[in-house]
Amino acid sequence: MSGMSREEETMTRKDTGTHRILKFGLAAMVAVGVTAAVAETPKRGGVLTFMIPADAGPSHDGHRETTFAVVHATAPFYSVLIRVNPSNPSSTTDFQCDLCTEMPKPTDNGLTYMFKIRKGVKFHDGSLLNAQDVAASWSKIVFPPKGVASARQNNFVMVESIKAPDDETVVFKLKFATLTFLPALADPYTYIYSKKKLDQDMHWYEKNIMGSGPFKLTDYQVGQSIKGERNPDYYHKGQPYLDGFVGVFAPKQTVRTDAIRADRAALEFRSVPVSAKDQLVKELGDKITVQESDWNCGNVVTPNHKRKPFDDVRVRKALFLAVDQWKGAQALSKIAIIKTVGSIVFPGSPLAATKEELQQLVGYWPDIEKSRAEARRLLKEAGQENLAFELLNRNVDQPYKIVGTWLVDEWSKVGIKATQKVVPTGPWFDGMRSADFDVALEANCQNVVNPIADVGRWLPNEVYSENYGYFSDPQMIEIYNRMLKETDMAKARVLMRQFEKRINDEAHQLAVTYWYRVVPMRSYVKGWKISPSHYLNQDLANIWLDK
Amino acid sequence: MLSYVIKRVLLVIPTLLGAAALVFVLMRLIPGDVCVVRLGSSGGTFDPKAIALCHAELGMDRPVLIQFLDFVWGCMRLDFGTSMWSGRPVTTEILARLPISLEIAILATLVAIVIAIPLGAISAVMQNTWIDHVVRIFAVGGIATPSFWLGIMSILFVLNFTSAVFGKPWMPPIEYVPIWEDPIHNLSMAMLPAITVGYRYAAVSMRMTRSAMLEVMQEDYIRTARAKGLIRKLIINRHALKNALLPVVTLIGIEFAFLIGGLVVTEQVFNLNGVGRLFVQAVQNQDYTLTQGLVMLTVIIFVVCNLIVDLLYAWLDPRIRYS
Repeated sequence: MSGMSREEETMTRKDTGTHRILKFGLAAMVAVGVTAAVAETPKRGGVLTFMIPADAGPSHDGHRETTFAVVHATAPFYSVLIRVNPSNPSSTTDFQCDLCTEMPKPTDNGLTYMFKIRKGVKFHDGSLLNAQDVAASWSKIVFPPKGVASARQNNFVMVESIKAPDDETVVFKLKFATLTFLPALADPYTYIYSKKKLDQDMHWYEKNIMGSGPFKLTDYQVGQSIKGERNPDYYHKGQPYLDGFVGVFAPKQTVRTDAIRADRAALEFRSVPVSAKDQLVKELGDKITVQESDWNCGNVVTPNHKRKPFDDVRVRKALFLAVDQWKGAQALSKIAIIKTVGSIVFPGSPLAATKEELQQLVGYWPDIEKSRAEARRLLKEAGQENLAFELLNRNVDQPYKIVGTWLVDEWSKVGIKATQKVVPTGPWFDGMRSADFDVALEANCQNVVNPIADVGRWLPNEVYSENYGYFSDPQMIEIYNRMLKETDMAKARVLMRQFEKRINDEAHQLAVTYWYRVVPMRSYVKGWKISPSHYLNQDLANIWLDK
Repeated sequence: MLSYVIKRVLLVIPTLLGAAALVFVLMRLIPGDVCVVRLGSSGGTFDPKAIALCHAELGMDRPVLIQFLDFVWGCMRLDFGTSMWSGRPVTTEILARLPISLEIAILATLVAIVIAIPLGAISAVMQNTWIDHVVRIFAVGGIATPSFWLGIMSILFVLNFTSAVFGKPWMPPIEYVPIWEDPIHNLSMAMLPAITVGYRYAAVSMRMTRSAMLEVMQEDYIRTARAKGLIRKLIINRHALKNALLPVVTLIGIEFAFLIGGLVVTEQVFNLNGVGRLFVQAVQNQDYTLTQGLVMLTVIIFVVCNLIVDLLYAWLDPRIRYS
């Protein structure tokens, strides 16, 4: 509105000669600015239809589930305590309150976090939400009672207690101060549930949806679609802009692409292969806009240290040295959802290695000829010049099978004969969990960028039992424990480099090419911003339709 | 007749038991389990304690024999348990998907009958003419073309055609609405899959109708009818076609049963939330109870369809009597 008044003011002045030309120029510039501002002013109304590129999740309970299908379908119905800033979701450090009123400053040497909770927030059944509900929900996540599953319990090993001393305050007491706490708190699955419902039945939310988020559930067709309508009592003023939304489950890529093309749906939030994006852009031109981002997901090459000859560090190193990540990432980005070379920490994070630091690590050397010569030398030294093995891979095209095929080719360049064993998810996991494999291609997919917590998956099997490398490394554990309790970012960064170097020096596991999110959407979809994770920024409150 | 039907129904019991035992064992031979898939498929970190808890919750920590007996006892009470994936009753999961699969199966059967019987009969009657050749090429094309490919092509054709003609691409709706709520929406969605599946189905039935008709047309009673001076139309419709339909009805019955749970790829291509897609999900998720329930359903459908076909024989050929 202020822009409009400036425009009117400019147009009503009396001008002559050069001044008039200048003024006209100024008026034109202001008008353009105003047009842009008006175009970006959110409009209310409309129903957004989006595709969920999966079958429906097992249950509706975000606390227990891990698949993105659950968060895409149910996040619009729920509030969380804090979240990644929806206006700046690409930042790895910008967190803001959702239900709290102000981001707290830790007290008690970083051991106490006190959150003040908004007043007047209502659940969709009309009951008031207060700090007791927040504390009950978080207690279910961090200290689940017997028989209740919590998928993220491990992320909160630092939490000692969660209490609500009154209806407006929630206090988290920590066992030790750590940089991982706040990002872990911004996990998008940490929905706030009604304490009353939880007291009646801890499993109630597995089959029911009732939150305080921007949308109220109107319909759920088992395995087909989920629908929501605007919550008129939503506490973020003016939001949501949409009248409602429809999420349609569609595991087939062609169906989703066709649906966007025919405008049956406006977008899918996960990511599409480059070919699908190119097809949509070619066919729809300016009716499609594309947002892209590095993704906090990547593949991991895991040699089974229990199995010969991968118990020999020279053989493992040779595997890593044979791979040209720099050229590979560039080439593969044309056909697969991958792009950026990175190590164990998401490349956009302050704790990630710089390119120069990366190039010092085994598996990332810039001179591939030198790297492969070293690989051949190590294989010869280990008596494994004719090494042949099987790569256990998952039956998922993007990007597992593509990356697997590329790796097999890279290894062949130093004389290694690798074959792929591609199996469905169940047998793939079973092979890794029973240590019945030579080398496996795993995935590492996290949501909020929380580097110190995220790298916990690289810890040896004795600490993180789902590490399928089956190695022991006390030095790694010692570095990690120091890093976990470090509150100074610069010192944490130094420790992270030591941790990373240790993994690469011992060739325990190799991170290969981070995934890349490509989200084409109908141009009328506005307000949504891409983030480094397909789990984040999914409550749809800031989306509006420019129709 | 009644005693025959009762005998046939009773025979279903050992068939179901055999199928139950087979699917129970086969599902457990696949490495991995539903808990591992559920917790780990997203690629994130997870707590291994959660797997133990999941096993306990689903009763997978009990001895396999106990699990089997529990399953059989449930089957005997027509209680197939709850889905290990969603926690909803297996019957609820299946009933939510059955209407769309049933609708596609019925529509595809109608498409097949409407195409196959007249064309098959014409092809036989006009054997070795150009019409016969065209019909046979059409039939061979239908058998050789996979339905899913035809499905993808038909969607692309509709998208490109509408884009070229109307300037805006159109495709069938992606959400199922029951026919009694919105018939136009429902039929717009079901039309393409019914045609693509029906074409293959028609091609097979057409070949069968043609060869059965050719055989019947050589029979003595057809020659007698001709000798009596009956008009050709009457001979074909009343005497030849009715008798030639016996093997065609068998085929239609078996195909119909197959369509209820067998449209695995077609349902994916058209994003139909049907029984076939549920079958794939259940196997992928290693959801033992749901897979077992679906196999039981398929067996029941096959048995019922075969029974109906057998009963239809008696109507088509009064010489056939069941005792």
